[in-house]
Amino acid sequence: MRRLTHLEALEAESIHIIREVASEFQRPVMLYSIGKDSSVMLRLAQKAFHPGPIPFPLLHVDTGYKFREMIEFRDAYTARLGLRLIVHRTEEALAEGANPFRLGTQRCCGLLKTQSLLDALREGGFDAAFGGARRDEEKSRAKERIYSFRDVHGQWDPKNQRPELWNLYNGRVEPGESIRVFPLSNWTELDVWHYIHVENIPVVPLYFAQERWMLVRGESLISLEQPFVPMLPGESPELVKCRMRSLGCSPCTGAIRSDADTIPKIIEELVGFRRSERENRVIDHDQDGSMEIKKREGYF
Amino acid sequence: MAATRSALQGGIPPSADRLPSAARRHGHATTPETFPLPGGGFSVESFLENEASKDLLRFTTAGSVDDGKSTLIGRLLYDSKSVYEDQIHAVAKASVNRNAGPLDFSLLTDGLRAEREQGITIDVAYRYFATARRKFIIADTPGHEQYTRNMITGASTADLAIILVDARNGALSQSHRHACIASLMDIPHFLVAVNKMDLTGYDQGVFEAIRSEFGEFLERLGAPHITFVPISALHGDNVVTRSTRMPWYHGPSLLEHLETVEIADRAQTAPFRFPVQRVVRPSHEFRGYAGQIASGVIRPGDEVLALPANRRTRVSRIVTFDGELDEAWAPMSVTLELEDEIDISRGDLIAGVDGDEPAASRHFEATLVWMNERPLDGSRRYLLKHGSQVVSAEIRAVRHRVNIETLEGEAAALLEMNQIGVVEIDAMRPLYFDPYRTNRRTGCLVLIDPKTNATVAAGMIARPIEPPARARAMAKARKTAILNVWHHEAVQVLRDAGFDVEISDWSV
Repeated sequence: MRRLTHLEALEAESIHIIREVASEFQRPVMLYSIGKDSSVMLRLAQKAFHPGPIPFPLLHVDTGYKFREMIEFRDAYTARLGLRLIVHRTEEALAEGANPFRLGTQRCCGLLKTQSLLDALREGGFDAAFGGARRDEEKSRAKERIYSFRDVHGQWDPKNQRPELWNLYNGRVEPGESIRVFPLSNWTELDVWHYIHVENIPVVPLYFAQERWMLVRGESLISLEQPFVPMLPGESPELVKCRMRSLGCSPCTGAIRSDADTIPKIIEELVGFRRSERENRVIDHDQDGSMEIKKREGYF
Repeated sequence: MAATRSALQGGIPPSADRLPSAARRHGHATTPETFPLPGGGFSVESFLENEASKDLLRFTTAGSVDDGKSTLIGRLLYDSKSVYEDQIHAVAKASVNRNAGPLDFSLLTDGLRAEREQGITIDVAYRYFATARRKFIIADTPGHEQYTRNMITGASTADLAIILVDARNGALSQSHRHACIASLMDIPHFLVAVNKMDLTGYDQGVFEAIRSEFGEFLERLGAPHITFVPISALHGDNVVTRSTRMPWYHGPSLLEHLETVEIADRAQTAPFRFPVQRVVRPSHEFRGYAGQIASGVIRPGDEVLALPANRRTRVSRIVTFDGELDEAWAPMSVTLELEDEIDISRGDLIAGVDGDEPAASRHFEATLVWMNERPLDGSRRYLLKHGSQVVSAEIRAVRHRVNIETLEGEAAALLEMNQIGVVEIDAMRPLYFDPYRTNRRTGCLVLIDPKTNATVAAGMIARPIEPPARARAMAKARKTAILNVWHHEAVQVLRDAGFDVEISDWSV
């Protein structure tokens, strides 16, 4: 007997949370975003119910603008594990041409992500939804509970959160209300990569550096996967050795120049980083506190 | 890993007919700046090896902007390189800066807009940093009296409490309150940071006077491990590195203490306790009980007692995704397979037979921290969550209220928000528990208001007590419905209407 390492302690805590939710709620669902955090959360769910199957479905809110490699990975991996996967797309908004260049990132996200998520949760009648968000990601997330209560509109009220003590979680909700559950709350970005490394968890190849055709604009490396991403006069795509640090919609997820093509190299790169992983995301810093505003509206 | 990499190499080739457009918004991806690593070389293998050996220390801090708590935390995060440049930039360009210094650390730590605008900390915030030796989780809580519930929340999972004392003022009521809460929550290690030593000219006499006076108070509380460190969070004295401005101090810096303090996990030496979260039964061949070990150690072959079935059996296997284990201990999450088929379900407890058995009682004394605007109401029924079970419970009596700055008892009939008291609780089903002082995980509970679903109180169980003299009379007065079959919906409807539901005969 010894003290658990930090990773073992985090794993044990997360498994406890996942089992509590599966046991206390009528219709839980696991939000699966295909990213590294989702990959870890999925592995923890496998561990929580072994040798039984995961007793809830996965839900992917597909904006329509996710990287092609993400969708390929999603379909192949969930099929291999034999998981129930629900894909929710806002076809109507997409048909009307909703995209970040026409609407701006805030409105586009509001429509294709937040509203779509709320619709999917309502249609599925889900009373609990797991998300892979971590408290170290962004400062309003640092105040997030592990069980985050949401009203009938899916909204977060940061000033009126339920106290959360020891490992006793309060999952009581009325019909229409729900709980967002964050089993990775206490993990850091480094913990996630370290766990992926020691557990040998598959992740989307976009995380690994390789030569990719990118639009280079100033410091930005922009994917041209979507045809509506405009090029300025004189701009042309360049082959750049780069990778994604976090995964989202291809037009809004900037790549970073990198030679890290293995997980140890990614970890090595991470240790030297001086910028947060969400910095390349447009949505978080449009204005001070924009993540808090989005969360209040129902975002994860 | 390689097998999962896509064959799609080179990304998406651009199409030729791309039209330029004027109006747009963009993500600004950047090239990461890498800074030279110490010693010039970096071996990811040895880094990962070292990472794998780190343990986790959870500590709590309490205080307000004035006493330098945010500055201290900001410095720990900043000096351990746990803050990214863009986050610092965001703070530097934020509209409010309440600090005269170049960087207002509290803006780094206050997460909500209301907090930044009002310059107060409202809620518990969790922060993460690591050094070469340990990973740390800080539960950062506001220190005002009205935020007692947040301090309690932060303290509930902490191994260590940092108590801030302003060197100019000595230990005031806020420090006393925080020490009392840390003591009530049974945090095993106290670190008293005597801050703002720069404003007293780094005077040893000031530090010694505080150590003597406040140390005596802490000893009266029964705090087990107490360390005093003189610091200046603003200038960094004795925070990360030892200060040259206080040569009279020979102890460790605050961070050195955090990195090296021995956390004896009492949960590992206590008797085995395993609240069953879930029955795992994928097929007729397998029936296992999933849970997180609350305390103790278990090995295949060990005899255990299942409660409330009150039957003894042995553990046949400890099952995990990563294979069977020869031994498992707190706080691991595992699945136990037992030798005999016993009726065990969620909410039950599997306990070791070596050492003390857990207490089994519907009636017990507990210290409650009231956390809701609606005061404690002895005529109401609450939901009590303990381990993995939820039972209905009533508060029979408030024995006394606890003065949060002295831990002395005061007469009181009820408890209001942020008040603490010793109460008698009657639960509708037995709880299998240990006193909180000997086992944090099996001695804690929360109360939920079934009408609002709010978490209204946190409790630490002290001991079982006699059933109320009026128990029989009360039971008669209470509405009881007797069903002769278990019908889930009917039971729910009756319970919601305030009935106690009894099942007359399971076999019918």
